[in-house]
Amino acid sequence: MKKVLMKGNEAIAEAAIQAGCKLFFGYPITPSTEVVEYLSKHLPKAGGTVLQGEDEVASINMCYGAATTGTRVMTATSSPGFSLKQEGISYLAAAQLPVVVVNVNRAGPGLGGLGPAQSDYFQCTKGGGHGDYRLIVLAPSKSQELYDFTMEAFDLADKYRNPVLILADGFLGQMMEPVEIKERLRVELPPQDWVVGGCRGREKRKIVSYSLTNEIGEANCLQWQAKYEEIQKTEQRWEEFYTEDAEYLVVGYGTCGRIGKSVVLNARKLGIKLGLIRPITLWPFPEKGFAPFKDKIKGIVTVELNAGQMIEDVKLAVECRMPVYLCNRQGGMMPSENEVLAFVAKVFDLSLVREA
Amino acid sequence: MEVIFKRTTGLTGVPFHYCPGCTHGIIHRIIGEVMEELDIIEDTIGVAPVGCAGFSLDLFSCDFVGAAHGRAQAVATGIKRALPDKMVFTYQGDGDIAAIGTAHAIHVAARGEKITSIMVNNAVFGMTGGQMAPTTLAGQITTTSPYGRDCALSGPPIDLPKTIATLEGAVYVASVAVDCPKNIFAAKKAIKKAFQVQQLGLGFSLVSVLSTCPTNWGLSPVDSLKWLQEKMLPIYQMGELKIPEEVKAL
Repeated sequence: MKKVLMKGNEAIAEAAIQAGCKLFFGYPITPSTEVVEYLSKHLPKAGGTVLQGEDEVASINMCYGAATTGTRVMTATSSPGFSLKQEGISYLAAAQLPVVVVNVNRAGPGLGGLGPAQSDYFQCTKGGGHGDYRLIVLAPSKSQELYDFTMEAFDLADKYRNPVLILADGFLGQMMEPVEIKERLRVELPPQDWVVGGCRGREKRKIVSYSLTNEIGEANCLQWQAKYEEIQKTEQRWEEFYTEDAEYLVVGYGTCGRIGKSVVLNARKLGIKLGLIRPITLWPFPEKGFAPFKDKIKGIVTVELNAGQMIEDVKLAVECRMPVYLCNRQGGMMPSENEVLAFVAKVFDLSLVREA
Repeated sequence: MEVIFKRTTGLTGVPFHYCPGCTHGIIHRIIGEVMEELDIIEDTIGVAPVGCAGFSLDLFSCDFVGAAHGRAQAVATGIKRALPDKMVFTYQGDGDIAAIGTAHAIHVAARGEKITSIMVNNAVFGMTGGQMAPTTLAGQITTTSPYGRDCALSGPPIDLPKTIATLEGAVYVASVAVDCPKNIFAAKKAIKKAFQVQQLGLGFSLVSVLSTCPTNWGLSPVDSLKWLQEKMLPIYQMGELKIPEEVKAL
């Protein structure tokens, strides 16, 4: 199979083309800009259109319009831009429109910094815009996953008629790694019997997000929640690493998941029975992955590039049955594997001296 | 017996929800008739705003999409780029297009987006109960300008079509009113041309329609029409502000 050395952001863009994305609406923002740049160069050659919106708000609403026609469409941004898109994303969720959104998380709040961060976790997984809605949130940890997950995101969006978010960070977006360029898998998707495009030969259709009465409002909410429950049942994903005999776990997603693997390997060399759970879907959070460990594990350390956000979902997943600690860096800084291992040893009172 | 007048097939027949004396209904009918005459009902996607016309989705016979407040033209852009052979129009109030949606109003015209926008200007935010809009006249009393619009505080009213007409991508811009039969005929001609501009793929077309809001103006329907004629017509530049040669000939 052909492998190409490319930036993470370029892997996202190429995957979108391969997935049949025909429209991209975006606005440049570091560290996600290579997505719109790559697509500006390559999407027209694949029969698609890239339109740079006047702002992030326009871009997400252009996605909304394109999605009402059933056309595959994507936008990409970074944290401040993702905030601007929240209104549109809430409307996408309410109108049940399949759009793939990419957030290459940089440090916040405010203008923040250009370095990698995971400080948008709450915003990405708990809603972000107004109202009670969810996005399917995929958290890749390497360029190949940026490619694979982006490609699959289009199918998930179509399958559930729901916006899907690829949540990366500045590190993943900017890093160059070899990527295997795979072709799109043909999966069976529900018929697009809801799209607008002219009512020739059929009843007129409308796509809206308002509910004229409270009764309709409640019925709509119940319908959305039923869909979210179905997604929670079927789409939880995670990776386990040395968990079988683990006494302690580190939990990290994305870049922190990669660091966590090195931490586990280093700990094992010292005889510490450390394992890793790397959430791949951040919503739905992979509670199923934690279930077997509720009564087996002595403690957990979450590794996060924020002030402690995913840790709340981890505590819920293990029902607070064991201590859960946060090992974090913020503002664009990244913890080293030694730093994390030292933290694990400290909080669980473990020796970092190799056992005889 | 021969039917000599009937409701246009461009409208569904769902009863209008508008207040008595409101001119949205006239504008809806004009658009319905234009779609019928151009035989484009089945090839058109409308985009509704947030505001009084937010429920217009049910009133027109074509496919319709509801947008967030002010975002109708961005949504319409997405639809048109996905389906370049279809007709796409937005129907927006002055609050929607000239306040919260101004960025899109400017850029959709700047790009020469091949869509048609109908702006209904009644000089207030109607749906929320008659607040000051960017189009509210100097001295006009609204719930958020209870002492009359103070231009030293809020500036003078914006004449959006005039601004849009300066942009190269906007090829047909007209400002009309629906206060009397003569002007209603002129309004229909303008709206028809705006749709034809899109059919010909010439670029962006905008028709602003001066409209009444008896409920929020606190006037009777008849007095509202007089108010429009006496107060609004002198402030806003009327007529065809910009018209391409190809369309002049139509």
